[in-house]
Amino acid sequence: MPDATGLELIAQELGDAREGAVLDTEFFRGRALLVLEPGGAHDALAALQARGFHFLSSLHGVDYFPEEPRLGVHYELLDMAAVDRISAKVRVDTQDPVLDSVVDLWPTANFHEREVYDMFGVEFRGHPDPRRILMPEDYEGHPQRRDFPIGGEPVLFTHNEPSVPGWWK
Amino acid sequence: MTEVSDYRRIEESVTLSPMPASPSAPETDGERTDELLTLNMGPHHPATHGVLRLLCTLEGEVVRDLRPLIGYVHTGIEKTAEDMAYWKVVPVVERMDYLAYYFNAMAFCSATERLIELEVPPRAQYLRVIHMELNRIMSHLVWLGTSALDLGAISMLWYCFREREQILDLFEMSSGQRMHPRYIQVGGVFEDIPLGFEAKLRDFVSTMPERVDQYAALLDRNEIVLRRLRNVAVVPEQELLALGVTGPLLRATGNPWDLRKAAPYSSYDHFDFQVPVGTIGDNYDRYRVRMAEMKESTRIIEQALDGLPEGPYISTNRKYALPPRHELATSMEALIHHFKLVTEGYRVPPGEVYEPIEGPRGELGCFVRSDGSAKPARVHMRDPSFVNLQALRPMAKDLYIADLIATLAMLDPVLGGIDR
Repeated sequence: MPDATGLELIAQELGDAREGAVLDTEFFRGRALLVLEPGGAHDALAALQARGFHFLSSLHGVDYFPEEPRLGVHYELLDMAAVDRISAKVRVDTQDPVLDSVVDLWPTANFHEREVYDMFGVEFRGHPDPRRILMPEDYEGHPQRRDFPIGGEPVLFTHNEPSVPGWWK
Repeated sequence: MTEVSDYRRIEESVTLSPMPASPSAPETDGERTDELLTLNMGPHHPATHGVLRLLCTLEGEVVRDLRPLIGYVHTGIEKTAEDMAYWKVVPVVERMDYLAYYFNAMAFCSATERLIELEVPPRAQYLRVIHMELNRIMSHLVWLGTSALDLGAISMLWYCFREREQILDLFEMSSGQRMHPRYIQVGGVFEDIPLGFEAKLRDFVSTMPERVDQYAALLDRNEIVLRRLRNVAVVPEQELLALGVTGPLLRATGNPWDLRKAAPYSSYDHFDFQVPVGTIGDNYDRYRVRMAEMKESTRIIEQALDGLPEGPYISTNRKYALPPRHELATSMEALIHHFKLVTEGYRVPPGEVYEPIEGPRGELGCFVRSDGSAKPARVHMRDPSFVNLQALRPMAKDLYIADLIATLAMLDPVLGGIDR
């Protein structure tokens, strides 16, 4: 982990490269986190990759309902040589949830970004295969959003088949 | 007798030095003579190790392109977890990767412990290590048995499941369950190990290395295994890293990245063990790395048993861990704590953490976001199978379709973990 000072230095460096690239830094429970501005997130992540964070260990979405902007995408970066981790977070709202894809930086992001699109509806510009991954392709809605009800999906049995019209579509 | 020794002599003459000629499919030099055929494999196919669907583009018998389609066992566990108190989440996350249940519970519990800054007593850490390493051996045994089955060696499955049965008996002894035991809990473990567990575990640990040697004697120089696995599905280390691959698949290329060594958690730094690595990263290296890992795991278990510290097996902080049952009869305070914990659960300070551990298939990370209530606002598992599956395409490209099955077996995906 970079310590709190190291995190500020990285934030400073990214901020120098592009004005306002880093919105905030959080150092919580020994874990360093950068809050990036959505437009400059791709460049900032590329800069982090060039700094040695070569490995994207995870990418996942979070719904911050009722906070605004509601959706968040987390990038968990890892520097294997220095055994160092840093997280980056980008917040987007539900009106226009579009981010630049990082598949060109880390091919591993392919499945992760598809999952975030599937579950939260964040679209990734430049993604080579922007489809749903876990839910059926014709599914409507994004189930991991906080306003999506639990149990919102009817369980189909032979006896309630007529009461769920058009389920086969 | 002479027949047997003749066979052994031929077997001993097999050299393990690099083979010059690659057994992979012939090149067509860009000029296609055959028509391409799209073949759908799965989702119900015995060789896919779960409900995995593969869309293969074939040229004759050669796989030219491959697309994994997943989601057939998606059960929304992450969503379910958001509606449960923290202590109730453990049993549901255990059901994600159904061969690595101790690891799933460990990832979630350590993330929660980091959020509430809860100390885990040393005895609990050692007990967690013992069970996780047993689980690792168990997972590798299932992998070995089913993979050997894919190569045509049916008897390996029975041998592996014989040892797996011993491990499941041990799980049943310590927690009452053979699978999904809810043994690892926030703050420690569910119960101390019972009488007789140690003797039984020592018995298992003393026989297991010998068993692994017996498997190795059957498979290591077996001609079918060598022809099917050596120099097949080689993917360079850098490409695997870009694809986010971790665990035995990455270590088979010679990269010794293992979180137990690199960033030790749960007292792994107290144990003396080695990280097995391969050389070129073909299927044979993947097989050898996992075989060696089983032996190293028994060494860790042995050391953890020898050095098992005395003391509590779960945190004594009554705000997060249930009080012992006998206290309920005499202490009003214990009764209140018990009631509050069971009905309402505990509140976790707001924040978000990502906690990675080394699962049997690679980095198993758990992201937990707390909004200050008694239920997690978001639980996400970075399951190694999900990420590693992306490496199947570069691995299986331009191989024969029969080698695709062997490669998939060596990739060791668990669909419960992929679809969650």
